[in-house]
Amino acid sequence: MIGGLFIYNHKGEVLISRVYRDDIGRNAVDAFRVNVIHARQQVRSPVTNIARTSFFHVKRSNIWLAAVTKQNVNAAMVFEFLYKMCDVMTAYFGKISEENIKNNFVLIYELLDEILDFGYPQNSETGALKTFITQQGIKGQHQVINITHCSSVRFIVSACGAVPYLLSALLMIPLHTFFLFSAFSAYQPSPFVSSDTVSLPVPQTKEEQSQITSQVTGQIGWRREGIKYRRNELFLDVLESVNLLMSPQGQVLSAHVSGRVVMKSYLSGMPECKFGMNDKIVIDKQGKGGASDEAGKSDLGGGSGKQSIAIDDCTFHQCVRLSKFDSERSISFIPPDGEYELMRYRTTKDIILPFRVIPLVREVGRTKLEVKVVIKSNFKPSLLAQKIEVRIPTPLNTSGVQVICMKGKAKYKASENAIVWKIKRMAGMKESQISAEIELLPTNDKKKWARPPISMNFEVPFAPSGLKVRYLKVFESKLNYSDHDVIKWVRYIGRSGIYETRC
Amino acid sequence: MTDSKYFTTTKKGEIFELKAELNSDKKEKKKEAVKKVIASMTVGKDVSALFPDVVNCMQTDNLELKKLVYLYLMNYAKSQPDMAIMAVNTFVKDCEDPNPLIRALAVRTMGCIRVDKITEYLCEPLRKCLKDEDPYVRKTAAVCVAKLHDINAQLVEDQGFLDTLKDLISDSNPMVVANAVAALSEIAESHPNSNLLDLNPQTINKLLTALNECTEWGQIFILDCLANYTPRDDRESQSICERVTPRLSHANSAVVLSAVKVLMKFMEMLPKDLDYYGTLLKKLAPPLVTLLSAEPELQYVALRNINLIVQRRPEILKHEMKVFFVKYNDPIYVKLEKLDIMIRLASQANIAQVLAELKEYATEVDVDFVRKAVRAIGRCAIKVEQSAERCVSTLLDLIQTKVNYVVQEAIVVIKDIFRKYPNKYESVIATLCENLDSLDEPEARAAMIWIVGEYAERIDNADELLESFLEGFHDESTQVQLQLLTAIVKLFLKKPTETQELVQQVLSLATQDSDNPDLRDRGYIYWRLLSTDPVAAKEVVLAEKPLISEETDLIEPTLLEELICHIGTLASVYHKPPSAFVEGSRGVQHKRLPGSAGSGESVDSPDTGSAAGVSEAPPAVIPSQGDLLGDLLNLDLTPPTATGPPPAPSSGMQMGAMDLLGGGLDSLLGGDLGGSPAMGAGFGAPAAAMPASFSAPVSGGLDDLFDLGGGVGMPMGAYSPPKTVWLPAMKAKGLEISGTFARRAGVIQMEMTLTNKAMSVMTDFAIQFNRNSFGLAPAGPLQVLTPLSPNQSIEVALPLSTVGPVMKMEPLSNLQVAVKNNIDVFYFSCQYPISMLFVEDGKMERQVFLATWKDIPNDNESQFQIKDCHLSSDAASNKLQGSNVFTIAKRTVEGQDMLYQSMKLTNGIWVLAELRVQAGNPNYTVSLKCRAPEVSQCVFQSYEAMLKN
Repeated sequence: MIGGLFIYNHKGEVLISRVYRDDIGRNAVDAFRVNVIHARQQVRSPVTNIARTSFFHVKRSNIWLAAVTKQNVNAAMVFEFLYKMCDVMTAYFGKISEENIKNNFVLIYELLDEILDFGYPQNSETGALKTFITQQGIKGQHQVINITHCSSVRFIVSACGAVPYLLSALLMIPLHTFFLFSAFSAYQPSPFVSSDTVSLPVPQTKEEQSQITSQVTGQIGWRREGIKYRRNELFLDVLESVNLLMSPQGQVLSAHVSGRVVMKSYLSGMPECKFGMNDKIVIDKQGKGGASDEAGKSDLGGGSGKQSIAIDDCTFHQCVRLSKFDSERSISFIPPDGEYELMRYRTTKDIILPFRVIPLVREVGRTKLEVKVVIKSNFKPSLLAQKIEVRIPTPLNTSGVQVICMKGKAKYKASENAIVWKIKRMAGMKESQISAEIELLPTNDKKKWARPPISMNFEVPFAPSGLKVRYLKVFESKLNYSDHDVIKWVRYIGRSGIYETRC
Repeated sequence: MTDSKYFTTTKKGEIFELKAELNSDKKEKKKEAVKKVIASMTVGKDVSALFPDVVNCMQTDNLELKKLVYLYLMNYAKSQPDMAIMAVNTFVKDCEDPNPLIRALAVRTMGCIRVDKITEYLCEPLRKCLKDEDPYVRKTAAVCVAKLHDINAQLVEDQGFLDTLKDLISDSNPMVVANAVAALSEIAESHPNSNLLDLNPQTINKLLTALNECTEWGQIFILDCLANYTPRDDRESQSICERVTPRLSHANSAVVLSAVKVLMKFMEMLPKDLDYYGTLLKKLAPPLVTLLSAEPELQYVALRNINLIVQRRPEILKHEMKVFFVKYNDPIYVKLEKLDIMIRLASQANIAQVLAELKEYATEVDVDFVRKAVRAIGRCAIKVEQSAERCVSTLLDLIQTKVNYVVQEAIVVIKDIFRKYPNKYESVIATLCENLDSLDEPEARAAMIWIVGEYAERIDNADELLESFLEGFHDESTQVQLQLLTAIVKLFLKKPTETQELVQQVLSLATQDSDNPDLRDRGYIYWRLLSTDPVAAKEVVLAEKPLISEETDLIEPTLLEELICHIGTLASVYHKPPSAFVEGSRGVQHKRLPGSAGSGESVDSPDTGSAAGVSEAPPAVIPSQGDLLGDLLNLDLTPPTATGPPPAPSSGMQMGAMDLLGGGLDSLLGGDLGGSPAMGAGFGAPAAAMPASFSAPVSGGLDDLFDLGGGVGMPMGAYSPPKTVWLPAMKAKGLEISGTFARRAGVIQMEMTLTNKAMSVMTDFAIQFNRNSFGLAPAGPLQVLTPLSPNQSIEVALPLSTVGPVMKMEPLSNLQVAVKNNIDVFYFSCQYPISMLFVEDGKMERQVFLATWKDIPNDNESQFQIKDCHLSSDAASNKLQGSNVFTIAKRTVEGQDMLYQSMKLTNGIWVLAELRVQAGNPNYTVSLKCRAPEVSQCVFQSYEAMLKN
């Protein structure tokens, strides 16, 4: 199992060092610094073996986290644990930076003592940890909002509740993609979201203590009993990143959508939830039984009226009963309180590619290149894509660039070796074009320019996979609120993952 | 208020100040002070002086302060064991605290304090905590048993904690079950034979129930433990698989990979015609693909595992080629791994896409990646015949880029393509020759030279080209020199008239001016061959070469099976068995896949046979000896001539055959014949051992050579134990084998007496070794030429090489042997004296000896007594010298002779020794120091044997 865990700053100075096993000595700390952090060449592997000691590392901004072992440990588990450690730290004190780690080192030691015992990971759910970890996180001075660290989706959520969430949502996406399940709730969010989710004082009574321990070790380790909200509310975000690799001729070499369903729940008690989407397998099954198809009617966003989608694979948060999904393909769970990722999924069939990039590169002699790029938006005209950015790589020996574009702004960035073309908004079924003349310095470098692909970034208010949320039902038998009383919100955001066209 | 301020106190009187603060009355101040102490501890400052003061703060109701003090204790208790005892009372008291959090904290921390005195006091509280009413305390106590076992295994057994731990597997709380499983698995690893984790259908059922309820980490512990179970039949196997498959949808990749491991293992037992088998195969692909959208580090782990999975079961991912396409922004380690898998999945169906991708990659920036991509194109050509033409033209395009490393890599792979498709693509030779000057890497130069030599008749200026290489002959690497030698001989045989001078030049360069024995030997062989029988020479050197096989870089099947059992772990990331990187007894256990069950129905279907893996013939691989010598059980025993070094491609010349010749021939030629190229009697035959054709009858001559070598070499007086019976006739249907080992003239020999005590004649003898600690392997076939009639005995000397596959054995010098004859295959194991492995150049320089002695940590030193030995120190020294134990220095202190000695094992491990001999005292003391301390025991035994002999 994990023998020790070290955190270093970018210089290789140790900020945190916790050793769990006798076979890991202080020299291991130095071995990693010398061989990995201070190594001259690029890191060639996230797992390094130095003198029969294995080091696993991940990097967050300029902080290195390294787990050390001398045994044949489960490598996947070690990395999952390191990510989890980052999540827990982020939940406690925001960004993982040298300053924040120094500010919270006592907390980190307490956490490390609790979530790793003799190198075996224990319960690491922040919600549960907060009930019995004595230290509280200290956030940096300019740390107002949390940013979930996951790189593919930069999704801003506030630390304390619904209000800024809604505001940002209203700013970001058109209203009509944003619909409610429950009959006619106002768009006005509740000002009464209770804030008892903040960590509790150290428990005193015996009942409290045993409640904590049974919760931390129990079947529902991610939620504690006795949560109360005056107003029960939940938010669902379908966040997709669409990935594409296209040949210069417009042939799709590979395309897939990786999506996440992120849920923020503010529900009282221990609610039993059931989540439904337009999963092809489920719809087909129901179709046979003659049930009416709700998914077709509620098609509000999206570019096509697809009724169901084929999901290649999905994974769930540990709250979801996997055996039930395996047998009945129904998604039922008792959610954690607050924000968490309910599921991840991947689709490869019938993806709506929001943009098509048509490149044209012509080499005029040895010192000039002509580049023309057309982008076409391929979704309903009523929808607006935002934050569009096209990145056209230029050769290293570029001496000057002239750009003309119909829409937006384009600039040659010498430091990045690329022309960056930005468009704020673009409606569906439109087309825009940029042309550039690139002048090159003559070189005697024999190696041809590698022509990196043209990449694109954007954000669209629908799910490129075609996924639709059909329902999210909430049952709490012990308390006096029903599914109808819960206010539910859903929105869809599609973003570019790695969206590249070769030229 | 933040904690970072604690890092900034660097004043001189710091310790004093802290002391005062720690003894303050105010709780807040104390807390602050402890925090400062911990900050200093983190940055490596020594604050152990504050131990008593910190311990004083321990008695408090404040949980926060208590946790801080415990943290300190864990760090320093070991350095201050006497002081640590002060804390015991508080610990014991805390283990009784009404608050379960404190009880658990106390028992957890106590387990982390590795002080013997404390462990004594730990037993009682631990016993109580294991039966605590609170699950949090129980789950902590379960792990604590593993901690205690690590400190004092005996204590844990004596106190009966193992039984209590086993009981916890039936606990009502899933997390307690998971931790108990984790602790038991760890303890079981260090007792490979104990039946500690007694997995039976009932416990399995309990584990599977807990699997649905416990945390993600607990699920990993349980799945990893399940993977060690062997179901009784295919039905049980299927029902476990059914209950494990839902885990494939877990968000935690480690849960997914561990589930994959269980499924991959249990699938072996399912009959292939079962519907469920197909369903399972289909279910495995999507989660594996999903792993590729995880964070890059996990992708890397996943890819290394997928690499194993596609080798074992290529059908799972055969349609998923596209997901392994490299993305521009992938980290380099992900790119390289993806490339590997792409080649493994390449088939006729997808080759066009793959090639288009590879061509893209060949223009990237990272040199390693580009090289690998170019090499991959060559591998595609060899693997998918239909694509060969396109691959060659792609490679030619790449050569036109003139990027130095691309060109070199391309030439290396084109050479392999020529080997696979002779007489097809030779038209490109002209293009290759244009790039001769830009080649600066040995491998590329050697490949080019091979091409020129092989196709000398089609290249007009072949002699000029080769001559140009000859100018700097001595600066070339061995690989290139050997290749050049062979190429010029080929040229000579093809165009004898114009190249006589050239061939003489190269032969004299190789035989007279070179210090390299391989090169010299090969030079002589050619020389003799050419001067005695040019026709035979032609047959040998220009013999038709067998085609090379399709798949390269395959992992040897037994290793692959073992690695499949380790999916998700470090072993699967390194592609090495755990014994290769884990110290001590842990992980030395070898795991195997279960065989296919339901033999009734499976025998008829041809596919099932290969599912069992055991009957599957190891795929033919471009020779690298390690791959060919599989586990004994796996190989059909044929005379080693067939499994021994097969005809090597030119690039592999110095392997196998040459190694084998190395020792004997060298001493023979060097001693007897000097540098003269005169013919020796019976030297025609060994020349035939040229890699170009290594066939059965040849090896007879080879052995003569060894015998001769033994005779000519100086009698070294090396110690050789008397023969003992290894295989009694009772056990081997009348064949009795007794034997011993000896080192003669630098060659390790296994000397055996085979006696036929049966009624019938025995023929067709063959021998094979299992992997062993020092890679011993037969260097030639077993020489029993005439049939062994009843009651006849024969003495056989089998030369051994040390280039075979290596696996650590227990005991270290254990050797498992299989002998075959026309009756049956027999297995026995024997132990060889390690002194046999001491090589002739084991004498260390004095200075080096001194430095090395100091450099090796004292922990590695072990001391032994040799009793009843009546030799003087000089006599002992002489005796040991005979067995290649060299005395470097002698010192006499107060009538005691100290001999400093060194020896070197065949695998390069040095052992340093100090031998103390007191006049008149028959007891010697040997101190051994070695970087690999596990050999010490064996070396000592040899010392005793050598001295007393």
